[in-house]
Amino acid sequence: MKIAVLSGKGGTGKTLVSVNLAAVSDQAVYVDCDVEEPNGYLFLKPQNIETEIVSIPIPQVEESLCTGCRKCVDFCKFNALAYIGNSLVIFEDICHSCGGCVTICPEKALTEKAKEIGVVKKGTSDNVMVLSGMMNIGEASGIPIIKKLLKNESLDDSLTVIDCPPGSACTVMESIKDADYCILVAEPSIFGAHNLNLVVELVRLFHKPHGVILNKCLDGVNPSEEYCKKNGLHIIGSLPYDKELGTMNAIGLVAVKESQQYREIFTGLLQAVVEEVGHEATSNT
Amino acid sequence: MRIAIPVDQNTKNTDVCISFGRAPYFMFFNTETKETIFVKNEAADSQGGAGIKAAQTLVDEGADVLLTPRCGENAAVVLQKAKVKIYKTLSGSVQDNLVAFENGKLETLDEIHPGFHGHQEEQK
Repeated sequence: MKIAVLSGKGGTGKTLVSVNLAAVSDQAVYVDCDVEEPNGYLFLKPQNIETEIVSIPIPQVEESLCTGCRKCVDFCKFNALAYIGNSLVIFEDICHSCGGCVTICPEKALTEKAKEIGVVKKGTSDNVMVLSGMMNIGEASGIPIIKKLLKNESLDDSLTVIDCPPGSACTVMESIKDADYCILVAEPSIFGAHNLNLVVELVRLFHKPHGVILNKCLDGVNPSEEYCKKNGLHIIGSLPYDKELGTMNAIGLVAVKESQQYREIFTGLLQAVVEEVGHEATSNT
Repeated sequence: MRIAIPVDQNTKNTDVCISFGRAPYFMFFNTETKETIFVKNEAADSQGGAGIKAAQTLVDEGADVLLTPRCGENAAVVLQKAKVKIYKTLSGSVQDNLVAFENGKLETLDEIHPGFHGHQEEQK
């Protein structure tokens, strides 16, 4: 069962929810797809780390074979190639690794080389297998790292919690693509409700079953809760705006390992999600 | 000498376009023959790499000099390889800038921006 945790903005509590859901289950895989700034490992502190390099193919030219026909320059939709003063210039940061230029070159002057863009780190933290994607600074797209993370052989039938990047861009789409269920984490503010709406539109577009966890809940008006009610969204549960929880989080502790109260809350949330997924599976067959 | 300028319209009294890579047209002025031509910028609606493709057009048209309000780093790589000199335009019409250039009033463009790449709209 793959559960993706996402939100329209950063700092709503995706990692808090993901880490604690993974930690409270009997056995789980936690996957940090926020490859620009992964932080789940700071809480789970995995051991026995194995590192795998993630590379993308980039064209390189053998100048002695290039006749300057410019077929590659004209083919590239991203304009990653230019032909200046009798030589081909390749812009590696613009290239999307489609391989089209290599295929189209009639002189076989272009070949592919591997360019390292980041790593996938795998380790264990008690009952949780921890997979983290880390993109090198300055790289344009984390998609190849997310693909590598979600194709990992450690992902089996047991609970997989996918901690998504913030927002609703292509990296999030890649992260939720194979998810069975999406948890949307939202803050109790007008801004929070607006950002919740962004991810609601996204998961509806992907036809993903979804529910909302309301985080940092205070007494009084909760615009995100009102948004859920107005739009018929299922609220899985809520987490309080709590100094104790904030303190545990700030020093890198996993709440369910420290506090009986949060162990109960997250056990309840996990059960609710599992039931939802089961219900969805039944109603779809 | 052929002078290239990104322009808003394909008429001689046009203004300089605020964008290089996504300008609708390039104007080329030949200082020897005094001839002016306009070339549509095929890069204007590219998904990405507009500056690279626009710079390629300039090089292919044989530009020696580019007058522009700004230039991205990828376009600058192409232009520098082709030894096209880049000067910073003053605000106003193309004709004013041509006169200013011929009188040595334009300075070389030293600020090369890292590109917008769809993350930020260029502002007027």
